Amino acid sequence: MRLVPFLICTSLTVGLVVALDKPLGKAPALGKFLSPQTGFWQNAEPFDGIPNEDLSFASLKGNTEVFFDERLVPHVFAEHEEDLYFVQGYLHARYRLFQIDLQTRAAAGRASELAGPKAINFDKEQRRLGMVFAAENALREIEKDPLSRSIFDAYTAGVNAYIDQLTQAKLPIEYKLMNATPERWTNLRTALLLKMMAKMLSSGTENDLSNTNAKLIFLPDQLKRLYPQVPDSLLPIVPMGSAFSKPAVVPVAPASADSLYFSHRDTIAAHSHYQPDPDNGSNNWVVAGSKTKSGAPILANDPHLELSLPSIWYEMQLTTPTSSVYGVSLPGSPMVIIGFNDSIAWGVTNSQRDVKDYYEIRFKDDTRKEYWYNGKWEPTRLRIEEIRVKDSTTVYDTVAYTVFGPVMFDASFSNGYSKKMNLAVRWAAHDPSNEGMTFYKLNHARNYADYEEAIRTFQCPGQNFVFAAKSGDIAIWQQGRFPARWPGQGLYVMPGWDSSYAWQGFIPQQENPHSLNPERGFLQSANQRAADSTYPYFIPGAYITARGVRIDKQLAAMSQITPEDMMKLHQDYFNTSAEDLRPVLLKHVRTDQLTALEKGYLQTFATWDLLASPSSIGQTVFQCFWDSVQSAIWKDELTKMDPMATWPTEQATLELLVKDSALQFADDVRTPAVETLPDIITIAFKRACAVLDKKSAEQKLEWSLSMNPSVYHLLKDALPAFARKGLKVGGYGNIVNAIKHSHGPSWRMVVHLTNKTEAWGVYPGGQSGNPGSRFYDDYISVWEKGAYHPLWMMRAEERGDARVKGVIQFKKS
Amino acid sequence: MKFSIALLLTFLTGLGLGTTAFVPWWGFVVAAALVGATVHQTATKTFAAGFLGMLMAWGGLAWWIDWQNQSLLSQKIALVLPLGGSAAALLFITGTVGGLLAGLAALSGHYARASVQK
Repeated sequence: MRLVPFLICTSLTVGLVVALDKPLGKAPALGKFLSPQTGFWQNAEPFDGIPNEDLSFASLKGNTEVFFDERLVPHVFAEHEEDLYFVQGYLHARYRLFQIDLQTRAAAGRASELAGPKAINFDKEQRRLGMVFAAENALREIEKDPLSRSIFDAYTAGVNAYIDQLTQAKLPIEYKLMNATPERWTNLRTALLLKMMAKMLSSGTENDLSNTNAKLIFLPDQLKRLYPQVPDSLLPIVPMGSAFSKPAVVPVAPASADSLYFSHRDTIAAHSHYQPDPDNGSNNWVVAGSKTKSGAPILANDPHLELSLPSIWYEMQLTTPTSSVYGVSLPGSPMVIIGFNDSIAWGVTNSQRDVKDYYEIRFKDDTRKEYWYNGKWEPTRLRIEEIRVKDSTTVYDTVAYTVFGPVMFDASFSNGYSKKMNLAVRWAAHDPSNEGMTFYKLNHARNYADYEEAIRTFQCPGQNFVFAAKSGDIAIWQQGRFPARWPGQGLYVMPGWDSSYAWQGFIPQQENPHSLNPERGFLQSANQRAADSTYPYFIPGAYITARGVRIDKQLAAMSQITPEDMMKLHQDYFNTSAEDLRPVLLKHVRTDQLTALEKGYLQTFATWDLLASPSSIGQTVFQCFWDSVQSAIWKDELTKMDPMATWPTEQATLELLVKDSALQFADDVRTPAVETLPDIITIAFKRACAVLDKKSAEQKLEWSLSMNPSVYHLLKDALPAFARKGLKVGGYGNIVNAIKHSHGPSWRMVVHLTNKTEAWGVYPGGQSGNPGSRFYDDYISVWEKGAYHPLWMMRAEERGDARVKGVIQFKKS
Repeated sequence: MKFSIALLLTFLTGLGLGTTAFVPWWGFVVAAALVGATVHQTATKTFAAGFLGMLMAWGGLAWWIDWQNQSLLSQKIALVLPLGGSAAALLFITGTVGGLLAGLAALSGHYARASVQK
């Protein structure tokens, strides 16, 4: 009788297959995952694998050759321009598919499809901010213009050409881990990616909600001192003393502004949870031939963004018979975003301008179908958002659109605070625009006139486009479509029932802050306010002052500049803020109240070389001390409100301390005693010492150990194995080398516009998004050392060069 | 002789079936059962042939991939799963899972035939 063993064996076998075929909680289905034919092993690429392939696609017009160099940088040579962007799309998909899929789903408020219920609130916030609305408006502009349409169509076709031939085996590993599949590309998704950048760079540059709460705490003259528009030590982008023309637009404050706006006090019980990092910023600068050793201009750029694996950037060369450009592209979008061609080079930093305002809306009733505007009920447009959720039921959310834009916060979405207020958002990123064409034109620009023409139509996010040409011209424009505001407009929530509070117009493009060939021979931008107080418009923003001061002073003092000097400036660790603060802080600390250990830390701080280098202990002491001081001065006042009122910027606090030794805000309002500044600074120092003692016990006193510079995988804590942690680098947000824990110089580039352009660059990542490739993170150690790769603008006749390690031939089928 | 034939058949079907898009990852299990039913030998040998055939197919293929990859990915996956970052443990598990399934499947085939023949 063999039936019993048969039944036992069969049920064991079937049981095991079924068990291994089911995802176990967060882990993938093990059978499929372990299978070396379809599972993760297939993502383990041969160590030296650089492709050599022939591919053919029906939608191509002619031949395109892609030469991969030893760093896996593709040098794309296309006979036809559309094919160029098709191949760019194909390569982005081939090396970064999960990245572009995830980022654009998240941009569209569809993260829950991959992440499950925990992302529902994120998705709601994205949709209520109008991300899809913004992308749809952009898409209409993109598709209106035949040239831009053909570029975006070709790019989309290229991405899909890769997706369509994907097999389970070749699926990026993240999909295998999450048991998901990629979605085909569309032009809308390219538009969404650009709106993701717009959100990253122009959505967190206002504090309207928390400013409105600050109005309840501080008097009008205090508000002016705490939140100043022009810092004392500002060294603006447009050199000081430049003359500005008379403004063509003069916005008028509404008659009711004093009563209804400036003195109106009401708590705002809402805040957005997914704000971009306030240190999303950048440095760029350019020096004219008059200041360089070679006599040719040198341009440098380092955009500071979240550092991730894969990187936000993908390096490439795009060449057709008529043009050739090299630089970094944004996977998910065609063109090169930061780079150079045979005639010019350009770079970008963020303008940090406030282009987003909130308006309080009065609905007629709970249906939100009508709202009060200019003395009558106006209809809203209701948009029903369908949020699909992995392993759960679909969620629906209705968003009301007004004349200003979507009502982001209302009774059905107010982050759990009890007081419901309806807040509509007016955001420049909602307006129809086609930013991609600026990059298309920059990629092809030959001179200053081309550059000026290229950037003219760039609307949002406002950027500082730095420029240099072989002809010797250097220039910078702060470019964007910025609202012309009456003084104070948009700092706080505005009444949404009166059109006189709406944006009255935009600053004419020609009046945007700019400079061409200044006498001093250099230009720089580092997220500071673009112009001094003589600029005739009110331009609030989330400006950062310290880096610009350091860069400006360094460049002013330099002559006979070489590219190596510019690289050295990228790595600069000097702490300008600490230089200003140290004498003030040391003056106020009451040393007689300190223990021996505390005196030791104070001594370290007093003798520190002011460099935020990786092994510095002084920088750790300073940062702990300074954070503690800011907290001791402001926290008692700001936490009177919930959500908290806006923190004064580091620069504002610094300047108040330097100017005013009897700072009235020093007193801790929560204690009966009246604390003076020395009291508070001494208390703050003692608190900082407690933190330092803890760090000391953990052997984390050295700055890089304290900060733990890391580059995480896009899925962050879900996949720590794919991250690179504990990098040996220093810096901080206010320092030129602006590295923070997982944020900082996402691309460093130096371009020397000599007869044959010389260029260098590096980003902390690698060309491949596949953790199973050696090219996943191979640039990190180069970046960590502060070194650069030479950037090779390959010529067609160099196809036999030893640097070429692989070729993909694209042909029309 | 029969043992080698069974082992080879399991090995080859295990390698071949997995690379076709229409067959699910567990296609080799069915093949191993058929081999177990058609190649007649003792239960122990049947299991061993199935086990070793798939251990060599999955383990061998994974090892070959891993060697070419210099364990870049397996070390990371061995942290995700979690196996303390050991590529060897991951290889062992891969081979054993394949082997165990094929061995059990072969044994099922073996006893199925025995039940019918009786």
